[in-house]
Amino acid sequence: MNGPHDLGGQMGFGAVAPEKDEPIFHAEWEKRALGITLSCGAFGAWNIDESRHARENIQPANYLAASYYEIWIRGIDMLLERHGFATRNELFSGHHQHQGAAPKRILTVDRVAEVLAKGGPCDRVVETDPRFAVGQRVRTRNFNPSTHTRLPRYARGKIGVIDAVQGGFVFADDNAHGRGENPQWVYTVVFDGVEIWGEGADPTLSISIDAWESYLEPV
Amino acid sequence: MSGHHHHHDDEHHHDNHYSDMQARVRALETLLTEKGLIDPKAIDAIVDTYETKVGPRNGAKVVAKAWTDQEFAQWLETDATAAIASLGFTGRQGEHMRAVFNTEDIHNMVVCTLCSCYPWSVLGLPPVWYKAPAYRSRAVMDPRGVLAEFGVTLPEQTKVRVWDSTAELRYLVIPMRPVNTQDLNEAQLADLVTRDSMIGTGLARLPQVAA
Repeated sequence: MNGPHDLGGQMGFGAVAPEKDEPIFHAEWEKRALGITLSCGAFGAWNIDESRHARENIQPANYLAASYYEIWIRGIDMLLERHGFATRNELFSGHHQHQGAAPKRILTVDRVAEVLAKGGPCDRVVETDPRFAVGQRVRTRNFNPSTHTRLPRYARGKIGVIDAVQGGFVFADDNAHGRGENPQWVYTVVFDGVEIWGEGADPTLSISIDAWESYLEPV
Repeated sequence: MSGHHHHHDDEHHHDNHYSDMQARVRALETLLTEKGLIDPKAIDAIVDTYETKVGPRNGAKVVAKAWTDQEFAQWLETDATAAIASLGFTGRQGEHMRAVFNTEDIHNMVVCTLCSCYPWSVLGLPPVWYKAPAYRSRAVMDPRGVLAEFGVTLPEQTKVRVWDSTAELRYLVIPMRPVNTQDLNEAQLADLVTRDSMIGTGLARLPQVAA
């Protein structure tokens, strides 16, 4: 979707403000927000693509005004309600009123080290051969789905070169919507800055994205 | 997916719930704990992991080894996930690693324009600026302008390659080894490797500055 999250090339946000000796967390609630997000993710009720899409659906004015941990909490609220773990009333009152859905797994303290060390690999076997080869010119598709996609707006309908064949990976655009993992080949595609930004682009700039095969067409 | 759409429409009616994040998150944790869905001690353990165990020191060790061990550097180039795992750094948001090497000719810089993808296993949790709109919007368009805000000026002829982490690959920049460091051991070299130099918004420190 063309949501507020798709920020590449937008203007008006001002200077990047690196913070000297930045603390890992800026408030106690940020620590809990991280832990809640990971703990709820461990239920196994939704995948990372669905959770990214939940965050993308935050109303744009709210998204752009929120800190990243606030974005996470807004996303978690949506997911907990959608999957029946809590009602909206419960979420915002903080009071337990209904039984709600039971998760497949609950992340208990004894399993944290193992779960974090394992992560969630999303490489998969793809039965077909890769359609594109390193060095080949490709054009990214021009589409504007209202659903989840990982092809940023700035890189749609652009000609680039296959820089690497990275392997088979779960297809985010389907996986976010419960349509299955449907793995595809993923390629690193590199574009000249001028192809992306046109007149006035930095002539020394190149930009790459990691693109699923169905994002690409031969030129 | 049609069932997912109404959440968007509801969202802005409930914005007041997020005016006090401390209260919002406390209510959420209380509810989930009462429901038996989360273990608050698990949250403590997660926080402790990223406060004390997983952070940019991991990545710095990878870089220092790459600077001193040609074979390791080669392994990093062909299979970064395995090479990094050999130093004990694996796990969440480091499942599929790629290492990109800065040279005199090319400077690499990493961004996630769509969210906040970042190689946790080697760099820990991302800094606020990495996740904020200013960096995510401008890194792909005006990287030299962004670098200037970090106090970094590259030679005019140096090519700039920006890697937008749009899939599940996570990028670690291997900065150039500073000059006059031939006498330093791996641990001393690791001290020169800053977090920002592994994102590409900084350069490795010079030894006299580190001392």
